[in-house]
Amino acid sequence: MSRDDRELVATPSETVGPFFHFGLAADRTLGRVADRSVKGERITLQFRITDGDRLPVPDALVEIWQVDGDGVEAVPHPSGPVPAFRGFGRLPTGEDGTCEFETVRPGRVPDGQGGVQASHVNVCLFARGLLRQIHTRVYFLGDPAVERDAVLALVPAGRRDTLMASPDPQHQGRWVFDLRLQGGDETVFFDV
Amino acid sequence: MSVIRPDVSGSQPPLLYPPYKSTLRRAPNQPLIRLPDAMSDLNTPVYGAFPIGERDNDLTRQYPDEPQGQRIVVAGRVMDEDGRPLREALVELWQTNAAGRYRHAKDDHPAPLDPNFGGAGRAITDAEGQYHFTTIKPGAYPWRNHDNAWRPAHIHFSIFGCCFRTRLITQMYFPDDPLIPLDPVLHAIRDVKARQRLVSHFDLSLTSPEWALGYRFDIVVRGSAATPFEGRI
Repeated sequence: MSRDDRELVATPSETVGPFFHFGLAADRTLGRVADRSVKGERITLQFRITDGDRLPVPDALVEIWQVDGDGVEAVPHPSGPVPAFRGFGRLPTGEDGTCEFETVRPGRVPDGQGGVQASHVNVCLFARGLLRQIHTRVYFLGDPAVERDAVLALVPAGRRDTLMASPDPQHQGRWVFDLRLQGGDETVFFDV
Repeated sequence: MSVIRPDVSGSQPPLLYPPYKSTLRRAPNQPLIRLPDAMSDLNTPVYGAFPIGERDNDLTRQYPDEPQGQRIVVAGRVMDEDGRPLREALVELWQTNAAGRYRHAKDDHPAPLDPNFGGAGRAITDAEGQYHFTTIKPGAYPWRNHDNAWRPAHIHFSIFGCCFRTRLITQMYFPDDPLIPLDPVLHAIRDVKARQRLVSHFDLSLTSPEWALGYRFDIVVRGSAATPFEGRI
């Protein structure tokens, strides 16, 4: 049977549009991926999102998912209480195209091929003008483990820098990730 | 782990679709890099802990008085491409009021707001993957994509399946809407059968007698909904 003959085919994606905030972004506690009680290296992770004209994208929705500092996944239950380590975050960008999550620096997890991945945060991005979500990953500049990361090995060497968050020299513990939707230094996006 | 199949050709929109002008400066130009299944850690539950309030799935009962407009039931089943139900999946929706106005500070369409209608709802699917909302039929509204552009009436849906890989945000339309053939957002999906999957069906069995008309909207997420713990060592 060819795929086109299959009875069930995934429902098409459509854009989130510009007016999702009251539907998806009313709960600002979703900017806190890890409570202060969670052990590990506390960081804030700021996204700065720009379009092909280098203009801020003021109506994007950023969702992130990560493991805790020891590389352990949050295992939440829909009806249970919110755990101290949620593992998941969701924020809209503001007028300046930024949003900022409170979290811990993620630990390392196996890559399924016998190796261990470098510390990273998974990103799923929605916006007006994106007919389907796009996925990327945030790594941390200066982490020696990125040299042996199996996902980064799939990325052309000249584009790997687009996946590195940089420490903010003005603000201890803050990492900044420039997400460029389009253009010469466009961020690498993954088909997951 | 869940397994994601390649998309059926034309069944999903491209990132760049020039008739929808907002894609022009926002769609990435470079090809996406495929993550091998074994290397992905996107197979894990991501949201969790989303307490649902008693009135979250009834948008007609979230304010002291009744909203204006045609009361409707919107219900359906969320499943994977193997037909397995997505249990305890979070379904979120948002929409305009009956006059075609969103409760959003940036919506400047000069149609009235309804003090008794917020336009946002949440539900959790049951053991069969079923969800159920009561709401008001949304209105069409103009937008500035092209001359005299109007969006057909629609309800935005967000689904959290088992994991990021099956994450879906989409829009549900209504049958026989004359604006559907004119809508570039819907026509970014090339395959006509795929577009039809976004059009709900009038369903008399969902209709609540002497109360609300019923529309069915079943949702299929990518791949298999096997929980990430199945088959994991």
